[in-house]
Amino acid sequence: MANTTSLINYRKRQDRVFNVVGVACTLVGIATLGLLLYNLLSDGLPRLDWQFFTSYPSRFAARAGILTAWVGTLAIMVVTFLAAVPLGIAAAVYLEEYAPKNWMTTLIEINISNLAGVPSIVYGLMALGILGLLSWLDHTLIAWNMNFVRVNPGSSILIGGVTLGLLILPIVIVTTREAIRSIPSAIREASYACGATKWQVIRYHLLPYSAGGIATGTIIAMSRAIGETAPLITIGALTYIAFLPPSPVQSAPPFVNFDWLTSGFTVLPIQMFNWVSRPSADFHKNAAATGLVLITLTLSMNAAAIWVRYRVRKRIKW
Amino acid sequence: MQEPKASETRAGQVAAARSDDTGEPGEAPLKAEVRGVHFYYGAKQALKNIDLPVPEKTVTALIGPSGCGKSTLLRCFNRLHDLYPGNRYEGVILLHPSPTNILSQAVDPMEMRLRTGMVFQKPNPFPKTIFENVAYGLRLRFVRNRRELAERVEGVLRAAALWDEVKDRLHQSALKLSGGQQQRLCVARALATDPELLLLDEPTSALDPIATSRIEEMIFELKQRVTILIVTHNMEQAARLADYTAFMYLGELIERNVTSQIFQTPRNELTEKYLTGTFG
Repeated sequence: MANTTSLINYRKRQDRVFNVVGVACTLVGIATLGLLLYNLLSDGLPRLDWQFFTSYPSRFAARAGILTAWVGTLAIMVVTFLAAVPLGIAAAVYLEEYAPKNWMTTLIEINISNLAGVPSIVYGLMALGILGLLSWLDHTLIAWNMNFVRVNPGSSILIGGVTLGLLILPIVIVTTREAIRSIPSAIREASYACGATKWQVIRYHLLPYSAGGIATGTIIAMSRAIGETAPLITIGALTYIAFLPPSPVQSAPPFVNFDWLTSGFTVLPIQMFNWVSRPSADFHKNAAATGLVLITLTLSMNAAAIWVRYRVRKRIKW
Repeated sequence: MQEPKASETRAGQVAAARSDDTGEPGEAPLKAEVRGVHFYYGAKQALKNIDLPVPEKTVTALIGPSGCGKSTLLRCFNRLHDLYPGNRYEGVILLHPSPTNILSQAVDPMEMRLRTGMVFQKPNPFPKTIFENVAYGLRLRFVRNRRELAERVEGVLRAAALWDEVKDRLHQSALKLSGGQQQRLCVARALATDPELLLLDEPTSALDPIATSRIEEMIFELKQRVTILIVTHNMEQAARLADYTAFMYLGELIERNVTSQIFQTPRNELTEKYLTGTFG
């Protein structure tokens, strides 16, 4: 009997020890994040005012702002979204619903999962390679007196956005496939049994029911793209820029203007990097303030993702 | 100990007590005819040389132990097996009139699914409104007229004995209904497009007795209009509902006859054993 009691006590002790170790491990992560936030807040919060958001960068730290950076980030995100989401959803639907199950598609699937883990700078190199190619083509066209077609976008918002779009494409594909796969086969069968075509099943069931999952995945992917610096620097994003891209709307018909796509740009993390690398402590405060903006953006995007997921789970229960 | 007799089982008594028993087989013209059907899940053969006549506007029940191929056979009628790779049919299922071979590669599975309706084991309404669930099949056929849609939806909801319970909340989510109501909604969904053949795959196995009896009443009403094939594990249900009953075992169709004869004087020893609970 005593033996049993001691055995039980020993096992309870084991439980407690693991509990303590687990709490400690969790705290390391949380505490680091807390410290970082505290640091950023104490340095950067005083700099966060209206002027900071509406000013161009400047040689004087007190006058400098992040106007070009946040406009650049916004423009890049629009392009990234438009590049990644339709492609990603279409690819995922194809792989889930249409693709024959053979070694070829298995190979493609494995590679897509692997692409999600490719370092972002590699995407930058790829974009640089494509830019080089386009530039060569452009020169060739000019040499042939065909300068009515220009195909050299340079290190522009278009190229930057598409590069980041390709970077997050695998994430969008993988999360979309998971969302589609989580729809029970009973729903699919019921739909087909009513005489639906594949497209009707996709249109009326798979896409609507997986919309929450797709939205969640997309938001998380975008919040990753927002913080990306390396591939944009690789393709030659500017670090100091004192102009805004041309407005996408204009007063004269056709009221839209796509010139902004070929404009140079900078983004928040690049601006931050630029300020951190300066010797003056005042610029470091600017960098901290920019960091705060970035963290707020990503945290609120992740919160939005959680909210969307929660809403969808409440609405659709399988 | 004396061997139990099929006619002495509860199901046997139920079958004997039926008032609408037509007695002799082969009276109604055939709606469908299964001839020499084999079916393979990849390399595994699930159906062996099945022959089954399905008379028009009757209920034919498929009974047998789990894994005997009842559901597999049912899903041949609307070519649902085509959804998954590696499945293979052999043989012929004729759908009358102007006999079409359902299993022919030349026949579009979609056509068969448009001509049949199916209800599954577990209620599987779409996470849409009650109205949209029923209207779904019509929308697939591009019926857009609002009045026509509303009329058809009301009509089949009445046929499924659900109208009075849901008429005030047609535009609420179907997932808010109880299990029995959901299953009747699924029947209504299957009926909405006037199927020639209604396939019921253990439609009451997930339901309580009250919901079950409502579904059974509904099936009884429906057979005036449509030919019904029902897979069931509940022998009394088969005895109550079916005009004809087929007993399947290990992928083979052992015996098919008028329900009262199957349940009281089965010809095959295996059938008798199954009905009396000696195995299975």
